[in-house]
Amino acid sequence: MPEQRIKFYQTGTYTAGNRLLNEEARTVQSRMDRTNSLNSGHRACQGCGEALGARYAVDAAMRAAHDRLIAVNATGCLEVFSSPYPESAWQIPWMHSVFGNAPAVASGVAAALRAKGREDVKVIAQGGDGATVDIGFGCLSGMFERNDDVLYLCYDNEAYMNTGIQRSGATPPFARTNTTQAVGETPGNLPSTGKNLPRIAMAHGIPYVATASVADLHDLEAKVTRAMAVQGARYLHIHVPCPLGWGSDPAHTIKVARMAVESGLFPLFEAQFGTVVDRMPIRHKVSVEQYLELQDRFKHLFGPPRNTDAIAAIQAIADANIATYGLTA
Amino acid sequence: MLAQIEGSQAVAESVVLCRPEVIAAYPISPQTHIVERLSRMVKHGDVGRCQYLNVESEFAALSVLIGASATGARTYTATTSQGLLFMAEAVYNAAGLGLPIVMTIANRAVGAPINIWNDHSDSMALRDAGWVQLYAETNQEAADLHIQAFRLAEELSCPVMVCMDGYILTHAYEAVDMPAQSLVDAFLPPYSPVQVLDPKAPISIGAMVGPEAFTEVKYLAHHQYLRALALIPEVAGAFAQQFQRLSGGLCSPYRMEGASIAVVALGSVIGTIKEAIDELRLDGIAVGCVKIGCYRPFPMVQLRGTLEGVTRVIVVEKDLAVGMGGIVSADVRMALQGLPIPIHTVIAGLGGRSIPKSSLKQMVQDARAERLSEPHFLDLNRTVIDNELMRRRDQRQAGPMAEQVIRAVNAIGTKVV
Amino acid sequence: MQAVRIHGRGGQGVVTAAELLSIAAFTDGKQAQAFPSFGSERMGAPVMAFCRIDKKTIRTRESVTHPDVIIVQDPTLLHHVDLFGGLSPSGYVLLNSRFSLDKIGLEEFLSSLPDGHVCTLAASDIGQKHLTRSIANTALLGGFAAMTGWITLKSVESAIRHKFPGALGEANAAAAREAYDWVIACLNEPGRGTPHARAN
Repeated sequence: MPEQRIKFYQTGTYTAGNRLLNEEARTVQSRMDRTNSLNSGHRACQGCGEALGARYAVDAAMRAAHDRLIAVNATGCLEVFSSPYPESAWQIPWMHSVFGNAPAVASGVAAALRAKGREDVKVIAQGGDGATVDIGFGCLSGMFERNDDVLYLCYDNEAYMNTGIQRSGATPPFARTNTTQAVGETPGNLPSTGKNLPRIAMAHGIPYVATASVADLHDLEAKVTRAMAVQGARYLHIHVPCPLGWGSDPAHTIKVARMAVESGLFPLFEAQFGTVVDRMPIRHKVSVEQYLELQDRFKHLFGPPRNTDAIAAIQAIADANIATYGLTA
Repeated sequence: MLAQIEGSQAVAESVVLCRPEVIAAYPISPQTHIVERLSRMVKHGDVGRCQYLNVESEFAALSVLIGASATGARTYTATTSQGLLFMAEAVYNAAGLGLPIVMTIANRAVGAPINIWNDHSDSMALRDAGWVQLYAETNQEAADLHIQAFRLAEELSCPVMVCMDGYILTHAYEAVDMPAQSLVDAFLPPYSPVQVLDPKAPISIGAMVGPEAFTEVKYLAHHQYLRALALIPEVAGAFAQQFQRLSGGLCSPYRMEGASIAVVALGSVIGTIKEAIDELRLDGIAVGCVKIGCYRPFPMVQLRGTLEGVTRVIVVEKDLAVGMGGIVSADVRMALQGLPIPIHTVIAGLGGRSIPKSSLKQMVQDARAERLSEPHFLDLNRTVIDNELMRRRDQRQAGPMAEQVIRAVNAIGTKVV
Repeated sequence: MQAVRIHGRGGQGVVTAAELLSIAAFTDGKQAQAFPSFGSERMGAPVMAFCRIDKKTIRTRESVTHPDVIIVQDPTLLHHVDLFGGLSPSGYVLLNSRFSLDKIGLEEFLSSLPDGHVCTLAASDIGQKHLTRSIANTALLGGFAAMTGWITLKSVESAIRHKFPGALGEANAAAAREAYDWVIACLNEPGRGTPHARAN
């Protein structure tokens, strides 16, 4: 699909309307022939970033695969809200096994397709940040190093939301979760912890790694489309706010996601074979404070007393990202 | 063709005769010779388009097969011991999803203390996961059971474990008659899945099921699983017809005519038990044995039928339910419920301890004389036990038990055990 | 039934020797069961392997504790391992050594065994000659065939060629042949007393 970078910046809804683009550049999601792979009627919360991200990502993958797609899903919110028997929201062949094995199950699907000479059918695996960076990490790393022909989609909402908001290896510093509560000497999640999975994925030297956000659905779709054109192991890490877990207004999901990108806390980039080849410059820089303020999980930082050190530490992370990826336009 | 080959090689060749499409495995002793051989044959191009995946853990190995099986491929793996426990979550999942995966268990003890030698602790730990469990007496039977296992699994839509004693069988060279490909092809039709991930007809596999339907789903799984009790003798019969050889089945009696004592066991120890029985019979003791060939589902009715005429049953088992005693004997007790037959539990061969014929003969004599404790540990070194118990009583910081026992028995690697 | 126990060190082909012995017996139309000592030993550690040979089906799975034949691939084990434990009073011993029994200091210890049942054989030297490596296992199998007569040299050679196709197999077969001839000659001439080996 030809792609056009959007050259304007909207205020108000903060969404870029398809009607402002020429027809080929509009999203898959805006088309009448979209596949509704994750159909309406599922049981996600209001304002769920993951449902939105999955809907865009999987439909784009379907389009790229000419509707020949098999999806594997780790245990988690997406699996639970989409599949309660007998009301599956999935319009595509879809499988859930357990929490920690989605990458391996997907490798198996791909291997079976190879054995049967059905390489025309493509495979995606999806999981939340817990399934990806924590419990499924071993299987994911195995899938990467074997370069199995799977696109893995991580929907990162920065904690175990399905089980009721507990810390994961993707929970940001100082964030309050139910296992990193806002009490004690260092309220919230401890700083200098957690892991950067896109960088770890890149270290495997796989053909394609990218980050995306529901704040930029055009970009998300374009990255899925590019990833689907590549053979081998591919990884797309999608930032998806969780109003419940983050304590943000369900109406502000896109806004919060956008602030994460524009503060520099969630850099958008693409990498091939371990090297960053493109990044999304920040067009309207915001301070991390503006991002943090929208979320109850950081409320304890704003006091009283105000935790200026913590806010400064988070700002330093954002500034480092901006420097590392060259995000200043 | 009859060949003098290693058990692992026989199993690998047997699996290849079944035309698997996806194999994924993680190395663990004593399973390695099986998967090394398979990886070679796949790479050499002897197994059609079969894919062999070197994965990062046993959990991944079985997970790969879950995906592959759901995509309609015939799948195989092998593991043992810690590996089986490491994949435990996927073991239950494969059964719950009704995927006909075949897995060899090269039976080995479960640590701690770490021990690479044979017993049945591993497969016993997962006996209720919903897999059919078959136990091989010889390498011939191990090879044959794999061919039967694929047919069983695919007819039942249920995964099957073929358990063979680690080292004792996997590493033993003996004569095995490898069947011809054409005969196996005639016996085992291509896999036709009852559920498959296919873009042409999308389905959701592994959806969440709530309290309103979970019981019904489980009941159906149980019902489906119990069909194995009818199907296993049928498949063994068909196998005998096709290959002119008896292999498999639910339980097999040996010299049970007129037997007043029956020894019940699983796996390769049956061979030594048969030798002991022949000698005891010469001494005029009316003893026979029953091999449990299929442990799950448990052949309750068949076993009762075979044992109800005896006056005493001795269950020899290579496992231990800590704090409880025997695992197999608990099931045998249930099978013989209401019959006035004393049942002895004999724990033997743990962690590779050899089970000598002489000890088995003594065991039978001891049972007749009511000298067996319950449970009875065959060839237990009582002196070591007593010393260690005393030491631990006197010393709070007594240290690791395993280390002390090793010192006490002075088990240098060269000792013949 | 006859039981053989082979002693050596990890890396010397002890397990392979037991395998080959079982294949040779199988080729001769006998039943055979070979298995290793199931250790987790590394290179250089003492290891054992076993082989049972019988005319009828071998059902037992217990360890070989009372062997009829003991083959020692590595004489340096003499003072570390109970090499001859459980040996049948009418059993056989085949030792890899270029020295005679009295030089090794075993003459008296093994003197109760029947005549022609004990032999030292410079198997490593034979291996060195044919394989340019001091591998003793195939030569010892040739010696075993000569000493016991339980398996034929032909079957030993065929088992070796089956296991090692090509030039390697031929070289190993040649080692087995030389050892066989040597032991036959030795047993026929008890007083030969060469520096390489001696039969009681």
